[in-house]
Amino acid sequence: MLSVTDLHVSYGAINALSGISFTIEQGAIVTLIGGNGAGKTTTLRTISGLLRAKTGTVTFLGEDISATAAHQIVARGLCHVPEGRMVFSNLSVDENLAMGAYLQTDAARNARNRDYVFTIFPRLKERLRQTAGTLSGGVQQMLAIGRALMGNPKFLMLDEPSLGIAPRLISTIFEKIVEINRERGITILLVEQNANLALEVSSYAFALETGRIVMHGDSKKLRADPQLKAAYLGG
Amino acid sequence: MSEFLQQLLNGLSLGAIYALIALGYTMVYGVLRFINFAHADVFMVGSFIGYYAGKLVPEGTLWGGFSVLLAAMLGCALLGMSIERLAYRPLRGSPTLNVLITAIGVSLLLEYSGQVFFGAAPRTFPPIFPSQNFQFGSLTLSSNQIAVIVVAALLMLALQFIVHRTKIGTAMRAVSLNPRAAQLVGINNDVVISFTFGLGSALAGAGGILYAMNYPSIDPLMGVMPGLKAFVAAILGGIGNIRGAALGGLLLGTVETFVSGSQWSTYKDAIAFGILIIILLFRPAGLLGKFTVEKV
Amino acid sequence: MPKPHLALVAALLVALGLSHFSDQIDPYHLDVLIGVGINIILAVSLNLVNGYTGQFSLGHAGFMSVGAYFAAAISLFVAPQWLGAEGGSVLQRGLAFAGALLAGGLCAAVAGLLVGVPSLRLKGDYLALVTLGFGEIIRVIFQNVEKFGGALGLNGIPAYTTIFWVIAFGALAVFTVTCLVNSTYGRGFLATHDDEIASESVGLDTTRYKIVAFVVGAFFAGIAGGLYGHFKLTITPTGFDFTKSIEIVVMVILGGMGNTRGVILAAIILTLLPELLRPIAEFRMIIYSLLLIILMIVRPQGLLNFPRRAAKKSPAP
Repeated sequence: MLSVTDLHVSYGAINALSGISFTIEQGAIVTLIGGNGAGKTTTLRTISGLLRAKTGTVTFLGEDISATAAHQIVARGLCHVPEGRMVFSNLSVDENLAMGAYLQTDAARNARNRDYVFTIFPRLKERLRQTAGTLSGGVQQMLAIGRALMGNPKFLMLDEPSLGIAPRLISTIFEKIVEINRERGITILLVEQNANLALEVSSYAFALETGRIVMHGDSKKLRADPQLKAAYLGG
Repeated sequence: MSEFLQQLLNGLSLGAIYALIALGYTMVYGVLRFINFAHADVFMVGSFIGYYAGKLVPEGTLWGGFSVLLAAMLGCALLGMSIERLAYRPLRGSPTLNVLITAIGVSLLLEYSGQVFFGAAPRTFPPIFPSQNFQFGSLTLSSNQIAVIVVAALLMLALQFIVHRTKIGTAMRAVSLNPRAAQLVGINNDVVISFTFGLGSALAGAGGILYAMNYPSIDPLMGVMPGLKAFVAAILGGIGNIRGAALGGLLLGTVETFVSGSQWSTYKDAIAFGILIIILLFRPAGLLGKFTVEKV
Repeated sequence: MPKPHLALVAALLVALGLSHFSDQIDPYHLDVLIGVGINIILAVSLNLVNGYTGQFSLGHAGFMSVGAYFAAAISLFVAPQWLGAEGGSVLQRGLAFAGALLAGGLCAAVAGLLVGVPSLRLKGDYLALVTLGFGEIIRVIFQNVEKFGGALGLNGIPAYTTIFWVIAFGALAVFTVTCLVNSTYGRGFLATHDDEIASESVGLDTTRYKIVAFVVGAFFAGIAGGLYGHFKLTITPTGFDFTKSIEIVVMVILGGMGNTRGVILAAIILTLLPELLRPIAEFRMIIYSLLLIILMIVRPQGLLNFPRRAAKKSPAP
């Protein structure tokens, strides 16, 4: 469904990604794990068109989207829930969701998507009129995911959904991520520092280190891998 | 007392014009974080469009007046969008100063092109709306003043509606809050920015007509002072804040009118700048704004 | 003797030499030359603020007007009492003029300090606006002071400005700016420009550099104002408005911010150009403004700037 080939990305003179390649099959939950500065966020931003690759290609549903503008990539059904949630802080929950459906013109489908968002995150329905910036981190994360779902995605990228969120909400959010994948058939690419959690919910994983893929494989197997354990799972 | 009320009325009608111009500054600042110096000259062009369009319709009729107003708004919207497309868009992502300098360049270009094409000598603006004075006790209210206040109020209500009740308006707010997140929900920032310029410039065009109706001598440099003052009004209310711009404009217009009527009248131009400096030094976020610390 | 000092002495000698032969130079050319010199002082001093420390002042004409008014006032009201009815000797008149210029420059420097200190908390376009505001306020104040002639300005200022004074002070301005920038102290200016937050974190007192830049810049703007007043013989508050400030800013930008040589060149070109373009004078400002816009899009480092070091790439978002 999505494949990335030999992607090189740099910030000025600093190389953030030095040639990574991977492919993600439809319906999977795949995770990218790695420490700070490994290039996880850069990978997502390059796929979603916020950053431009120096060389390499991103192919989505058989089409090269390396040079496509970010807002057009969204139109193709690839949605990105960015790091730090980036909800529109002065807009209400309702308006945030409406913005998520910015490109969607099918009113009936929008209503269905909206109902679905309220089914998985009932809290959003309770706070419909509340300003997004005043929500707690966890609810903001729900809103960010809900907003992306309003874009009717086929492929969803989530950047650090556990970051800055109360521990008891983290498990809820991860359950919902799995649910979205199962019930809606949305393929998911998940970036996490919390490798334990990420490997638990995903089927396949790539480990990134200083802009390169250093290890990849079945999530269950990687969890048992002693080398990976030492590096990311705290022994 | 009646003199006070009279001055207040005059002040509010001047302030309404400042507010219309200030809205354009504040909206553009909201989406692009820079001061569009050329906005004052779009206002001037609005007056000139009114001057020429006014010759095509009979003077002193309501429909004539409104068509002239509409022509100026449309013309200015087109002008503002072209300026953004040609001069500012190539600089997206450049340092603020480069954009500021470009804006100054555009401003000078409009002013001096105006001097070449319209001539540098002041011209008398035609009385496009029916004109009549109304007497309320000792208060005099001219129909022009009423037109200014009514038109400005209607436009601000319309703007409020667009920004808060329409999809493109919500997108404008989304872009100004977080341009990157806006892209990620599929908003084409360029389209929204272009729309913002169009909207702000249309208001400046309306401001140009209303101003020229009350101060009927127009020339290519007429935008400079009201422009700077409207900008001060935008800062006063909190730059980027639409209600703030309206409030700032009304306040500034009122204060200035009272100063003009006092023994300090020759200092009236200094008042605006004094307010600007005090606000920037002590409350840079303005009256209604929230101050955000610049990110490293 | 180090190179800048030699150059200064040489410039002073040239000034003396030129003034000796000034009778033989066509008066029109001499006028143009004086205009060029005054603009060089203005541009070089603004470049210290806008170019080297990376601040952005839009109020240079304000400082210029302070110098122009105070110097003119001294020549009109104070000096005659000292020079006596006969007007004094050449040397006495020279001394009186130098005194008037310096006093004007100092007043402008004080104004620079008054503007500089509170403005330091601001940067970018906000600073530009505050300086613009101050410039306009200074203008309105002069418009309202009876002693300074109000809106009519001051007339009958003695014609003291000669090519000698212009070259001498021009050389002094270039010398001062060059020395400031090249001293170890001056490295701080450049650092402040390149990255203010980083400079602060290594202990550079960016505030002090900014103030010094503002004060020195204002001082020379004041000197230029004094020379201008004693050259045009009439000054009015409107002669020092926003447009004048912009004119100086254009010189600095065209020359390349932070590049003294380029800025001098730009000042020369932009003063001579209108003389050459007289037949199409009304298009002059249109050309200037187009130049500004195109320059920012195509070559933001300035037309006459040649790289100080490898171009710094802006970090990706």
